Amino acid sequence: MTMEDMCSGLCSLLADSGADPGLAQFLSLLVGVLLVSGVPLVTVILLIWIERKVAARIQDRIGPNRVGPIGLLQTFADMLKLLSKEDITPTAADRVLYNAAPLVSFASVVLIWAVIPFTPFHYGVDLEIGALYFVAIASFGTLAIMAAGWASNNKYALLGAFRVVSLLVSYEVPLVFALLAPVMLAGSMSLVDIVNAQTGMWFVVLSPLAFIIFYVSSQAETGRAPFDLIEAESELVAGFNIEYSGMKFGMFFAAEFLHVFTNGILMALLFFGGWMGPLYYESPLIAFAWLGLKGGLIYFTTLWLRNTVPRLRIDQIMAFNWKFLVPLSIVNLILLSLGLKLLQELGWAPRDLLSASVGDMLPATALMLLVNLGLALYLLGLLRKRGAEARRDEQMSRASLDQARGLAADRGGA
Amino acid sequence: MELNAISIGFAVFTIFTLGGGLGVVTTRNLFQGTIWLMLSLFGVAGYFVLLSAPFLAAVQILVYIGAIAILITFAVMLTRSVARIKSRYFRLLPSFVASLALFLILLFGITLPIFGGHLPEAAPEYVASTRDLGAALVDENGYVAPFLLASVLLTGAMIGAIFIAREDKAKGGGA
Repeated sequence: MTMEDMCSGLCSLLADSGADPGLAQFLSLLVGVLLVSGVPLVTVILLIWIERKVAARIQDRIGPNRVGPIGLLQTFADMLKLLSKEDITPTAADRVLYNAAPLVSFASVVLIWAVIPFTPFHYGVDLEIGALYFVAIASFGTLAIMAAGWASNNKYALLGAFRVVSLLVSYEVPLVFALLAPVMLAGSMSLVDIVNAQTGMWFVVLSPLAFIIFYVSSQAETGRAPFDLIEAESELVAGFNIEYSGMKFGMFFAAEFLHVFTNGILMALLFFGGWMGPLYYESPLIAFAWLGLKGGLIYFTTLWLRNTVPRLRIDQIMAFNWKFLVPLSIVNLILLSLGLKLLQELGWAPRDLLSASVGDMLPATALMLLVNLGLALYLLGLLRKRGAEARRDEQMSRASLDQARGLAADRGGA
Repeated sequence: MELNAISIGFAVFTIFTLGGGLGVVTTRNLFQGTIWLMLSLFGVAGYFVLLSAPFLAAVQILVYIGAIAILITFAVMLTRSVARIKSRYFRLLPSFVASLALFLILLFGITLPIFGGHLPEAAPEYVASTRDLGAALVDENGYVAPFLLASVLLTGAMIGAIFIAREDKAKGGGA
């Protein structure tokens, strides 16, 4: 590869104006890196405001409304407060790990943005292994929580870290299985290719169950209700971050908020056709707006869910994952791969989705939807049966308890 | 060796790998030991990136740091004393002989055959993609036999794990 191939845009502009080609390339790459990492850093400031406002509205409150117009500057005030707070490190803490954990936690989210394509031509890097990269980077978040919980040298922090890490490790399994669905459909792990493969049909239509599994597991991965064990105030005081104060706490906080939005954008890319939408090819801004709109809508539903449902117990969360989500995700993947291969052999589905039109995709879509619907109906029936059994058991045990109490009361009266 | 991005990267990842390894054997704290181990494994992932094998790099991070190292931290937490371990390992002579033997085997087995005339050829222009890797795994002229063998082994391990977990439950009535 020659320098001319690698050097374009700002780089060639700099090189033409007399700069050293190597330096020009380095500078243009640096600007790119700063832009890509700047987007999430700026977004998170706004996200905290959005999250608080949405939560307030759902809970019939007004939310932040004092600092700036409609409270828009509230986050800046909070940031100043966090920065000016005393930075406490417990005496018995493991100093290096304690201070490194919040950085790793935040970095694990920001690094995901390196592979997120904002438009067909604007992305940090189009890795061949983009989807796998996302999963690998997410494992640093788990590591950060474990390190924070241990390094704090506090029993509540350690207990909180244990619970969170067991949750994160468990829900990574269905997440990866669900992630395999778009990868398999597109035949590539590159996020740009995955979006381009959705020209004919969005993957959410081809595999709605995979989307639902991905949605639920990413809600758990970010520690949001009904899986909000990360901050179980009532049981663990605050969880793994109890000893953290000031901006170090703020880093964990920002990482969580940003992670939720990042997952929204990822789901838009993986299942909702990313930047695809009317007129997206006219201008990169329109493409970017479509991606933002889709990601934002998904993000909003996660906030909605978070503020609506109560917290589950840890055993319920684990049972739901291992006895329901994991088997379902495996069955879904097997059905999807069998169906896809069958359709391709029969010639009803195009082998290369990149050049497929909506018409090409219709028969495959119809069949896939039918398979998914059948599976969903079966599962709903199963869940209903189990629920009925659980209710009956509960009623019976309550009835026998009442009977025993009644007998005791009779005896006491006699 | 000329100084370019790749050689700088190689130096950095070597420091990570060797420094992490040194940290594992010198620290008196089990938890810090696992963190050093992760650093070392991260360095190995960096080597894979330098060798144009991004898939292996991602798998290295996902499997070793994301799964195995996290499991090790869990296991470490369940041990009696995590920090300030007093007990020492005294049988230094057998360990020394074993590591020296391993080092010599690696030295003579890998370095000597390519010393002198057998300079390693330059990497081919064509860089194998993940697709090639997948095809090679199921190609009958490729690695289908080891692939199937590994699958059987993993399935066996999984069934064994389930079996052990089940038996415990039946006997003890839940842990």
